Amino acid sequence: MGVGIEVINLNAWYGTNHTLQDINLHIPANQATALIGPSGCGKSTFVRCLNRMHETNPIARVTGTVRIGDLDIYEDAKPVQIRRRVGMVFQRPNPFPTMSIYDNVASGLKLNGYTNRRVLDEIVERSLKNSALWEEVKDDLKKKSGASLSGGQQQRLCIARALAVDPEVLLMDEPASALDPVSTSKIEDLIFELKSQYTIVIVTHNMQQAARVAEKTGFFLNGRMVEFDSTHKIFTNPSDKRTEDYITGRFG
Amino acid sequence: MADKGFEWLMVLCALSIFAIVVLIASELVKGSNLSWNQFGFDFFYKSVIDSYTKLPNYWDPVNGHFSALPFVYGTLVSSFLGLLMAVPLAVGLAVFLTEMCPPVLRGPLAFITELLAAIPSVIYGLWAVFVLVPLLREYVNPMLIKLFGWTGFFGDDNPSGLGYFAAGVILAIMILPIISSLTREVMTAVPNSQREAALALGATRWEMIWISVIRNARIGIVGAIILGLGRALGETMAVTMVIGNSPGIYRSLLANGTTMASVIANEYAEASNDLHRSALTEIGLALFFVTIIVNAAARLLVWAVTRGAPARVQ
Ligand SMILES: Nc1ncnc2c1ncn2[C@@H]1O[C@H](COP(=O)(O)OP(=O)(O)OP(=O)(O)O)[C@@H](O)[C@H]1O
Ligand SMILES: [Mg+2]
Repeated sequence: MGVGIEVINLNAWYGTNHTLQDINLHIPANQATALIGPSGCGKSTFVRCLNRMHETNPIARVTGTVRIGDLDIYEDAKPVQIRRRVGMVFQRPNPFPTMSIYDNVASGLKLNGYTNRRVLDEIVERSLKNSALWEEVKDDLKKKSGASLSGGQQQRLCIARALAVDPEVLLMDEPASALDPVSTSKIEDLIFELKSQYTIVIVTHNMQQAARVAEKTGFFLNGRMVEFDSTHKIFTNPSDKRTEDYITGRFG
Repeated sequence: MADKGFEWLMVLCALSIFAIVVLIASELVKGSNLSWNQFGFDFFYKSVIDSYTKLPNYWDPVNGHFSALPFVYGTLVSSFLGLLMAVPLAVGLAVFLTEMCPPVLRGPLAFITELLAAIPSVIYGLWAVFVLVPLLREYVNPMLIKLFGWTGFFGDDNPSGLGYFAAGVILAIMILPIISSLTREVMTAVPNSQREAALALGATRWEMIWISVIRNARIGIVGAIILGLGRALGETMAVTMVIGNSPGIYRSLLANGTTMASVIANEYAEASNDLHRSALTEIGLALFFVTIIVNAAARLLVWAVTRGAPARVQ
């Protein structure tokens, strides 16, 4: 089951570059929330603050509060624990090339200490079914490497890998931007399916995509959250002039 | 016109590399002919029983019996000992330099490790004779004998401190820089997205280093190790100074031994007759082929990895 995310006064820096400034928002549980905005406005930085990946960069710094469910992730837990509850899918598919398809999906479970073959088999199958890849790979799960799949299949493999550890939140940073239209629509269908079980945050440059998959949409500009509202409102009747300019394509 | 001439000159320079290799090989083949005709394949394993000591004798210039076995054995044992000690250190150093070291220290540390590779091997040999060997003799060897003497690999019969083990240690120090700098290179070539993939799954830093960095770099690391092996096999001066130069085959790693390279260095100038000289040349030929093959394999592996082809399972 997904949980909601509460972000309070979040600020983030890369060195002296104040990348995120006073972000406040509430991301509802079991829905998809889209983040849009021009390149360099801080969307990736924002999602990376939600699983404490931001701080893996040695020059990065972050302040403020992020509450996932009732856990204050910067106060109450170690990064490793957070990342096991908040899955992430990156812009470019990054399966482990030295591992088989099976081992890719099982990698997170193995990190969590699962060793029982039967349990692993079951979760790997369920995750691959959830990510709509099962039918395509079930015959060579252990024979083929994660890198031998097509780009779209690799991305669904990465989704399966993230789902296998049963996270509460799934962060997706432009998951379809490197993919063809068919793979993209598969991923969108997937997001639709997954919403019932996970809270999804998806960064996208594709406004139709945001409109199709997300209940809520946030518009970022220059490190600030300009507007956050229901997707319908953002795309039909935004309150802020800048949001309107952006979605009508006047800049960005 | 001058341009054309220059071009030909360059082609000639390039071809001369091949010419040198062919020339060396053919010289070695010619030189070892006598010994080859006399011993054939027996050269690589056969011993005669010494009439006086009743022990197998592999290398008897006085009576004209020559066999390469103790030299091959010593070369392999000392090289593998060297690898055994150098590889964990080198990989550890590379992991530290690529994954953990603060950026300010990275440059200087990498520079110093690479500088180690530039020290002439006779200097390593001198250092080994004056510092390493006494250290082994006084402290390390007695401890090894006490702890592992029962295995038979650490015999208590060589008080000099010289031997296979001393050679292994000095080789480890000498091949450390090449292995660690190549390992560092292939680890740096691992894309950051691989590290993020592991971290985002909740891997600790060590788990990430294992899953993302070492696994992805492993073929290149193997290449670096083989290249180190190539160095160790051919290393002459430092090894000659510490291995004890005794043409026998001993189970104890603390015994005096010898290697292919050191017997050539020691005996060629004073070879007693043509057969002796020819036997030494045949050892040289064997060493030449082994090191060329080992080095080529290593280069190919490193090249295949660093040029960006991801390592595949199938
Ligand atoms: N690793 C980094 N080191 C230094 N600065 C960075 C780094 N990553 C991002 N930045 C800076 O942080 C700001 C926000 O970048 P971010 O990647 O969050 O933008 P984005 O909204 O995801 O853009 P895009 O749509 O192009 O992915 C940019 O000004 C960028 O230059
Ligand atoms: Mg981005």
